[in-house]
Amino acid sequence: MALVIAAGAASALIGGCGAGEPEHGGTLAAIRQRGEITWGGDVQGGEPYVYEDPDHPGQITGFEVDLMAAVARRLGVRARMVQYAWSNLVPSLERGDFDIIANGLEATADRRQRILLSDPYFVYAETLTVRTDSEVRSVFDLAGKRIGTLNQTYAYDILRMLYGDVAKVYEGNEEPYLDLELGRTDAVLLDNIIADRYGCTASHPRLKCLPYDVARGTYVMGIRKADPELKQALDGALAAMRRDGELARILGKYKLWDARQTEALPSEGNANLARGVDGDLVRQFVAAAWVTLMLSVLAFLLAVPVGAVLAVARVYGSAPVAGFARLYIELFRGTPVLLQLFVLYYGLAQVVNLGPVEAAVLGLGLNYGAYEAEVYRGALLAIPRGQSEASRALGLAPVQTLWHVLLPQALRLALPPMTNDFVSLLKDSSLVSVIAVIELTKRMTIAAVDMRSWLVPGLLCAALYLALSFPLSELARRLERRLARDQRPLAL
Amino acid sequence: MISVRSLSKRHGEREVLVGVTATVERGETIAIVGPSGGGKSTLLRCLNYLEGFDAGEVEIAGLALRPGMAGGDPALRRLRTRVGMVFQQFNLFPHLTALDNITLAPRVVKRASRGDAEAAARELLGHVGLADRAGAYPHELSGGQQQRIAIARALAQQPDVMLFDEPTSALDPEMRDDVMEVIRGLAGAGMTMLVVTHEMQFAHDIASRVWVIDRGTIAEDGPPAQVVDQPRTAVAREFFSRIRRA
Repeated sequence: MALVIAAGAASALIGGCGAGEPEHGGTLAAIRQRGEITWGGDVQGGEPYVYEDPDHPGQITGFEVDLMAAVARRLGVRARMVQYAWSNLVPSLERGDFDIIANGLEATADRRQRILLSDPYFVYAETLTVRTDSEVRSVFDLAGKRIGTLNQTYAYDILRMLYGDVAKVYEGNEEPYLDLELGRTDAVLLDNIIADRYGCTASHPRLKCLPYDVARGTYVMGIRKADPELKQALDGALAAMRRDGELARILGKYKLWDARQTEALPSEGNANLARGVDGDLVRQFVAAAWVTLMLSVLAFLLAVPVGAVLAVARVYGSAPVAGFARLYIELFRGTPVLLQLFVLYYGLAQVVNLGPVEAAVLGLGLNYGAYEAEVYRGALLAIPRGQSEASRALGLAPVQTLWHVLLPQALRLALPPMTNDFVSLLKDSSLVSVIAVIELTKRMTIAAVDMRSWLVPGLLCAALYLALSFPLSELARRLERRLARDQRPLAL
Repeated sequence: MISVRSLSKRHGEREVLVGVTATVERGETIAIVGPSGGGKSTLLRCLNYLEGFDAGEVEIAGLALRPGMAGGDPALRRLRTRVGMVFQQFNLFPHLTALDNITLAPRVVKRASRGDAEAAARELLGHVGLADRAGAYPHELSGGQQQRIAIARALAQQPDVMLFDEPTSALDPEMRDDVMEVIRGLAGAGMTMLVVTHEMQFAHDIASRVWVIDRGTIAEDGPPAQVVDQPRTAVAREFFSRIRRA
């Protein structure tokens, strides 16, 4: 037995190295031996699933925490939650990082093909949220509308079945409703747990949740294929909890108990949406690569003049002007670009309602401007003093000296680091997916979930990034060769 | 053409120029000599206000300079189109061809058309013996060639006065003659010039007057036959004897 655990632990350790899909049988016996069942979840899912207890910082709570404590007690062991990113729960389960998944995992047909699913412990309803003045009455009124949802959810699958790939895909629970209230979308489809807590609340007086369930689904626990006896044990524990009322008590404590829990169980999402590589996928990737390229080019076109002005201000400006430039640089360089994007898109939404692409270009451009400023400052300082003296001695005004003598030389010195920055920007542009812009990396993660594989979308994504960055590096190299005639290195 | 009255300048505690007073007539060539650190280059640079000064007055090419003028002062820009300067290190613009180095200031400052500026520049290139190197970049030229381009660049603004700050010091001996030949030609053509130099023979041959500058003052001022051959001050005597020994 100890050998089995050791082997399991070892393969869990090497599992990440692509050792194939190891067989992890005998988990129930291992759990009993250990006296502990480990379950994977993501605290980011927030209230009421699994979240940090506001009264006891550092402790987690949530209905799934209580649920797992009860299930474990009935198995005669303790329960321990293991933190994983939600989107990686299934592959991590397969790798053997924990025993089961218990975190809002929806029962769908294609999920059942991959792992074992327990009996349901919660029935949820897909709920449509709209603005109070909206004409939309049901999910069938949404043709041509802008619809928000979360990636990898049943709601996303429903929208894709009905309307194709049109949904605006968010990362957090709050953002879809913020954008809906601001008029950036027309409707949000998500399950009622999220809709009740984040959408139709007192903080969003202009939103309403339509009273009809668009669809129902269930939350289940995920178990590895090789562990049918563990599934049996979990189903037994859940059935007992349902009989003796403990399940109702736990759900009630989190205000989750409703009539849906006792009605007939809904059928599983039936469509098998797993997809392979086809023309549509490639077209979507190319379109996403175009978004990435466009965002990066526009942002860089903004960053270059911003950087040039800041650099000139810092090197030649009066004390207050140089001080302002320095403040700008420190502020934008010293805080995460992710934060700046959030502030621009959500924080300032009441003042300036920017579109996601405008916010992305502005955010990346202003941020990279700070980096460019330091590159140009270094280049300006590297030009010998004699150059500006000679220019002044010929009667050129300060601005003329800057434009005709100093900046052209600074540009040549700055070209290699600028190329560097542009390639870096090309990749950093993936951060704008937080404001619901679908660019190359986001497209990759969506496709990876759809295809149940990271390998093909990952390679496709990498190939496209290279296809974008390499020609640009090559272009810069040629430009450098043409401009910097006298700066070619001597042999050592 | 040039009148300097009680010109003083200090770098912190150190006095670099101490009440320099002098005049230069149109068409004169002044050779400025003296020990290192005596203030030769500083005096020259004050004359086109590349460096400011603390007290005194300068009148040059019809313009008055006073202490504390701002860098962007339009009067200074007018001054610099009338007073050309040539540097020890040439300071050609490396990103421009020889021709573009020469035409930049006429086109940008005087708004000359490209055609006019280039015609004038080619003529100047001919004067300095480099008519065939118009398209060359500075790094493709020898030091002597670069300095001759730099002279042509200064002349393109049609200055009334030319200032030379050790124009041959950075050059190999065999390159110096070409540059000195150009300067000699200018002297012959009647250009008003001040030349800071260590070349005594050159000073002797082309200068109408020689200034010996030491510790911020003009220690001796007179025709070369007098100053170089029969110096009256101890400073000048010691300086020339050290030069001859070297």
